[in-house]
Amino acid sequence: MRKFTFVALFAALALGVGTAAADMKKVTLGTEGAYPPFNWIDENGDLQGFDVEIGDALCAAAKLDCTWVVQDWDGIIPGLLAKKYDAIVASMSITEERKQKVDFTGKYYTTPAKFVRMKGSGIEITDEGLDGLTVGVQRATIHENFLRDNYGDIVDIKAYATQDEANLDFVSGRVDLLLADSTALQGGFLDTPDGADAEFVGPDFTDPRWFGDGAGIAVRKGESELLDALDGAIAAIRADGTYKAINDKYFDFDVYGD
Amino acid sequence: MDLAIVWESMPRLLEGAALTVEITVISVAIGLALAIPLAIMRLSPNPLLWMPVYGYILYFRGTPLLVQLFLVYYGSGQFRVFLDGIGLWVLFREAYFCAVLTLTLNTAAYTAEILRGAIQGVPRGDIEAARALGYSGTLLYRRIVLPKAFRLALPAYTNEVVFLLQATSLVSIITLLDLTGVARIIVARSFEPYKLYITAGLMYLAMTYFFLFLSRRLEHWLSAHMRERPASAAADRASR
Repeated sequence: MRKFTFVALFAALALGVGTAAADMKKVTLGTEGAYPPFNWIDENGDLQGFDVEIGDALCAAAKLDCTWVVQDWDGIIPGLLAKKYDAIVASMSITEERKQKVDFTGKYYTTPAKFVRMKGSGIEITDEGLDGLTVGVQRATIHENFLRDNYGDIVDIKAYATQDEANLDFVSGRVDLLLADSTALQGGFLDTPDGADAEFVGPDFTDPRWFGDGAGIAVRKGESELLDALDGAIAAIRADGTYKAINDKYFDFDVYGD
Repeated sequence: MDLAIVWESMPRLLEGAALTVEITVISVAIGLALAIPLAIMRLSPNPLLWMPVYGYILYFRGTPLLVQLFLVYYGSGQFRVFLDGIGLWVLFREAYFCAVLTLTLNTAAYTAEILRGAIQGVPRGDIEAARALGYSGTLLYRRIVLPKAFRLALPAYTNEVVFLLQATSLVSIITLLDLTGVARIIVARSFEPYKLYITAGLMYLAMTYFFLFLSRRLEHWLSAHMRERPASAAADRASR
């Protein structure tokens, strides 16, 4: 009898917890917090940016109870696998390499990669033009991979923990070029006083082998419920105008791409 | 467990380890050379000598090495025009120079304090005896005080060298490809943090034990006068 009460109590508890969880599933989102204008930490220590607002909008649309965690970029996938958070909303490009470790939603935006040079430096993006130059890039990014695979033999690659540090060393002249996402470079560097003397050079890089199919949200493999909820939410905020409202706060073009 | 990734990465990890050792050895050598005069200045009764040294030691022991590294590397970037003007930018432009400079200044400060303690620990009687034999000034320091002080300092100094070896892992954040830097680059693409960081950790362990081994040999050599003579030598003498 006593045993039965215990079991019944336990079942009721489990049920109670079960229904509460079904109401508002708790999800922890990981982001970098050092990649303006997509995600950064403001003077008050709060997360800001396109990724953060999109993440919040997706959680609202999918009825998820979301909290944010900040994690350095080069540990962001290991952190997800170690269950420090359940999803990465940090402008992560959907690439084959990463798909071996994590699952991705469909893209929520896509922008090309570009080089930046100092105005008047006359650097051209050709094998001869790049020979012997130093290029600054963020560590563990598609841009680093692209650079190592395509220009690894002709340029000297300096890898930084954050894009901001790469930008700093570009301003001080330690690196001759930057390679990064064009939108991040525009909003996070060229539009700031530090980037006033710099400009884009060379073509848009979009080869899906390195640059993937746009930026998506990464979840651990096998968590299809969360994945489907987020995919549904992306479609929902695209349809109801929420996406456009956030987009227009940051960009004067549709960052979603075609 | 599949260790292919560790095996494939080994040549690059060894290259990184070589840079780690190189940076450690250079910083330790210059740092020690600086620390000896600094320790002596620190003990001088003249405030013009001991006060600047005291301030320098206070700063480098009182702030994190990471902050010092950022300050020298990114800080110097802000003063590029000035540094260009006095011709030093060619040096500060290189992450390698900034790393060695910071580590050298850091270890010199700690080593100076270790030597200061050791110099003060030289027994009074030894110095009095030396003076009675007519030693004074530089000769007293060179022949009596410093050799004794160095023997006294060796265990603490070994700690400092091992600490510096491990502290070099910080240089990876200013883009140098030391052992940690190489491991981070490989992790970035393979997403195998455990295998690579455990491998890197074991390599640091091996390097640490190599330095400890050298230190033990040095201690053995420096304490020759305190050991019993080997039995064969004693027998040799007795038979004579």
